[in-house]
Amino acid sequence: MSSNTRIIICNGLWKNNQALVALLGLCPLLAVSNTVINSLGLGIATTLTLVLSNTLVSSLRGYILPEIRLPLFVLMIAGIVTIIELLMNAWFYQLYKTLGIFIPLIVTNCAIIGRAEVFASKNRVLPSLLDGLAMGLGFSFALLVLGAFREVLGAGTLFTQADLLFGESAKNWQINLFDGYSGMLLALLPPGAFITLGLLIAAKNMFATRA
Amino acid sequence: MKLTPPINAALRVGLFSFIIVGLVSLVFHATKDKIAANEREALLNSLQSVISQDSYDNDLANDVIQLNSYTIYRARKSDVPVAAILTGTTPYGYNGDIGLLMGINMAGEITGVRVLKHRETPGLGDKIEIKKSRWISSFKHKSINDMYTHQWAVKKDGGNFDQFTGATITPRAIVNQVKKTGLFFQHNQQLIFK
Repeated sequence: MSSNTRIIICNGLWKNNQALVALLGLCPLLAVSNTVINSLGLGIATTLTLVLSNTLVSSLRGYILPEIRLPLFVLMIAGIVTIIELLMNAWFYQLYKTLGIFIPLIVTNCAIIGRAEVFASKNRVLPSLLDGLAMGLGFSFALLVLGAFREVLGAGTLFTQADLLFGESAKNWQINLFDGYSGMLLALLPPGAFITLGLLIAAKNMFATRA
Repeated sequence: MKLTPPINAALRVGLFSFIIVGLVSLVFHATKDKIAANEREALLNSLQSVISQDSYDNDLANDVIQLNSYTIYRARKSDVPVAAILTGTTPYGYNGDIGLLMGINMAGEITGVRVLKHRETPGLGDKIEIKKSRWISSFKHKSINDMYTHQWAVKKDGGNFDQFTGATITPRAIVNQVKKTGLFFQHNQQLIFK
């Protein structure tokens, strides 16, 4: 692995994590992260969008004039997200229904246009693709940790409704961690999302300063 | 021919839009049938949650009329009406509208009630979902004639239906909406199956 590749991956997953350091795309992050499966669904959709938009922007960067780059980025991202939305609607209908408005709202996730502007429009296709993947995985990682934390604390379960993503055979994947746990409402409500994210950022900073 | 910068930019935006809209419409056409099938299946699934599958033999999802604010699906067996499924919305939820689906057979017996959509508080009001609690099944087999008595209310209002700890408004809204829908069915039965 060249040092450049390593820097891109390290930035995306950790040092410049879009959710925990750049604090971008928090609206869908906070709204959807009440279960692991919802988090995973949005994480996959966002990662896919980032990879495709970075690749597209980078491969067309020679044809994009600087004056009109932002409208063109928005156009491309909106097109990609609409295509992903249609595909999800066709093949992951239940999950699509659960994530609802947050799939089309990926368009407004600043992380995506941010990567197009900062990275993809200035770099070759392969590094851009990698950057999109790393940033997407970093975002998904934050989503998953948030989702797991809130689901365990809020409902005392893990992987509930796994069938939305993995089909009928996953119906009994749900793990009940404590018997007779009555749940902690705060963790499932919006304030719980903010508090958890705050704790997560604090933990990340603690690790970062120690290293 | 040399293009001036604004025209050059406009042409590029136009070309990009054309290509991207083209791609989106390609995917749209490729997925259209699958999405329509998904929606039909989801509708049929929710309809079958309030009526048993062997009680009718018509194309339930397409035998539909609109009456007042209700969307009504009509179940028939050998062309004889057996039941109606009414969708209705009550604005009296704790957090806004609650959408209901309710099946009633021709004898005036409730064959099932389900909540289609709501925004009630998770952990308190959301026990109206069948996934979370059996409460919504307490309507099954009740008769429209029961709705004329004082028993048709939550316990706090002197009736028979349980409320939830910490949430009375949500069950009350549903109990009242079920009653309203049931009475509407009773008074308009002729019109519904005309």
